[in-house]
Amino acid sequence: MSGTPTLSVHGLHVSVDGKEILKGVDLEVPQGEVHALMGPNGSGKSTLAYALMGHPKYQVTAGAASFDGADLIALPADARAKLGLFLCFQYPTAIPGVTTVNFIRAALRAQGKEVPAREFLNRLAAEMALLKIDESFRQRYINDGFSGGEKKRSEILQLAMLRPRLAILDETDSGLDVDALRTVAEGVMQLAGPDMGVLVITHYPRILQYLRPDRVHVLHAGRVITSGGAELAQRIERGGYEPILGAVAAAPVA
Amino acid sequence: MAIQARELTKDYQFGFHDEDISVFRTAKGLSPEVVAAISQHKKEPEWMLKFRLKALDHFMKRPMPNWGADLSTIDFDNIYYYVKPVEEQSRSWDDVPLAIKNTFDRLGIPEAERKFLAGVSAQYDSEVVYHNIREDLEQQGVLFSDCDTGLREHEDLFRKYFGTVIPPNDNKFAALNSAVWSGGSFVYVPKGVHLDIPLQAYFRINSDNMGQFERTLIIAEEGSSVHYIEGCTAPTYSNDSLHSAVVELIAHPGAKIRYTTIQNWSDNVYNLVTKRAIAHAGATVEWIDGNLGSKITMKYPSVYLMGEGAHAEVMSAAFAGTGQHQDAGSKAIHVAPNTTSNIVSRSISKGSGRTSYRGHIKVLPKAHGAKVSVRCDALLLDEESRSDTYPYMDIENPDVTVGHEASVSKVGEDQIFYLTSRGLSEQDATALIVNGFFEPFVKELPMEYAVELNRLLALSMEGAIG
Repeated sequence: MSGTPTLSVHGLHVSVDGKEILKGVDLEVPQGEVHALMGPNGSGKSTLAYALMGHPKYQVTAGAASFDGADLIALPADARAKLGLFLCFQYPTAIPGVTTVNFIRAALRAQGKEVPAREFLNRLAAEMALLKIDESFRQRYINDGFSGGEKKRSEILQLAMLRPRLAILDETDSGLDVDALRTVAEGVMQLAGPDMGVLVITHYPRILQYLRPDRVHVLHAGRVITSGGAELAQRIERGGYEPILGAVAAAPVA
Repeated sequence: MAIQARELTKDYQFGFHDEDISVFRTAKGLSPEVVAAISQHKKEPEWMLKFRLKALDHFMKRPMPNWGADLSTIDFDNIYYYVKPVEEQSRSWDDVPLAIKNTFDRLGIPEAERKFLAGVSAQYDSEVVYHNIREDLEQQGVLFSDCDTGLREHEDLFRKYFGTVIPPNDNKFAALNSAVWSGGSFVYVPKGVHLDIPLQAYFRINSDNMGQFERTLIIAEEGSSVHYIEGCTAPTYSNDSLHSAVVELIAHPGAKIRYTTIQNWSDNVYNLVTKRAIAHAGATVEWIDGNLGSKITMKYPSVYLMGEGAHAEVMSAAFAGTGQHQDAGSKAIHVAPNTTSNIVSRSISKGSGRTSYRGHIKVLPKAHGAKVSVRCDALLLDEESRSDTYPYMDIENPDVTVGHEASVSKVGEDQIFYLTSRGLSEQDATALIVNGFFEPFVKELPMEYAVELNRLLALSMEGAIG
């Protein structure tokens, strides 16, 4: 493991509408690494993503989360974005009347990353070409009437334009066909590196063939129950979650 | 959702006023003497004086409307009905009195004229003080003046149409306007003439306790087209002002009239306006109606579709901040066969602001094959904001297609979260959602107006602690 821990989560408890979903999550994602957070449906993976990004409905009741030493829990979502956190939404919300191009420009401006108009448009065109996104896309209203695949590409386009320090991908692989998955995953891998770490949330190992994680964590019933290298994902691919959950349950509590 | 927003009206940048330099004003309050004084001062023909006095009679007899917004606080006796700011109307900007010129300079009128207008008219209190039209249009026979000049110089033409679309007894405020009207615009576009860039009128109230009653009459002859834009502002006084206009449009067969309004009165103005158009066969009338300012607005631009294949398009946007009530909507009366109407309304309420959509669709027995589409969407920004919809439909012919959709929504927590997760502040996120909501309206505006409207909206969403 190299570098200083960038994202650091300790004993995090999170409730939604009074119901506790996360029950003491521990997780560290060092600068520039690719980590996968896996787990069966309902284990709390997306809850962790929303809580880390600061959705007001996701109440942190105990524990801590910091990013590069800054206490995340105290900050609103926009401040977390400015620190370099980015969430690739599983179900991004439509904002009718706001074009994709204007939205991305507003986001860059808000983060103090504004560039001259011509440079911005050139960069946007280049990133759209890499992601195989049609030119007409920029004038479409953000997520309004987008297909599932278009939404995912739009999220990765924003990721490419905003260049965060840590990208959290929430089930970005869901609803994508094989070709779209490869395009999207390759787009992410172009960006991943020393300057950008990735926390990829998935219950399905396929995307990990492209993303090749440094570490894999398994979340179950609101806690990270085991962590390992890429081979952990392969074990899940071969045998599913059952054997791993069983093995952890049988092992003496450390 | 906690939006720490200043109200539009607190930021109202047009709230300044000039010293009173008026050369003539009638006594406060309303009487046959006041009406006669106005008519006499304008040296009007006898028929117009009679018309005014008859209208005053209607106004006096008619009760206040018992529907719509609360008008009980209007004090008709405490209003100046006619204030004349200058002796002569100018065609050269240099001849406009300095104080008035400064006002319109601050409002950007001469600049706008140079940039993209075919003609400009600027009304200050009761009279048009500056007026100009491009020479080539004048040579093609286009008339563009204030209504008083229209009456004086083209009496037969004027009399043929004046008051025919909105008679004085139409409603109480149309009667009031008919009694004391002054200024406004008179536009005549000859057969087949197309104005490719807009004509603009700008209305400014300067005096305290003032009533502005401009009168606008637009006639588009067969196969012609014209786009007319009006903007309006007023100072913020502690006393209320009254603005009660009457606007009549006549689109002859195959003609097209687009009428764009950006109403941005200060929050002490009652804005009670009657706007109606007649569309003959194959003609198109479009009302693009934006209401941002005023204390109360009651305005329902209407189109009477009198000839086969006539089309009405009404697109309106309203913004009501705390203390404001925008009661707006539209009417389409389908008289002839195969007539079509498309009404789109968007409204936003913020703080204790209130918007109402009030619409009336009527399809008469002969209007076979009529097509009607009404869509109104309201967006609420706060818990206490309010929006109501009052759609009335009288369909007297079974052979019609009618579509009606309405929605009321709140700015969603998920929308705000999505935008803030990209680094936008909550206020900027709300402003972006609001701009997006008005986008279908804004894209109908000339670019200069679209930019201005977005700027005003952003101002109204700004969160700095005042």
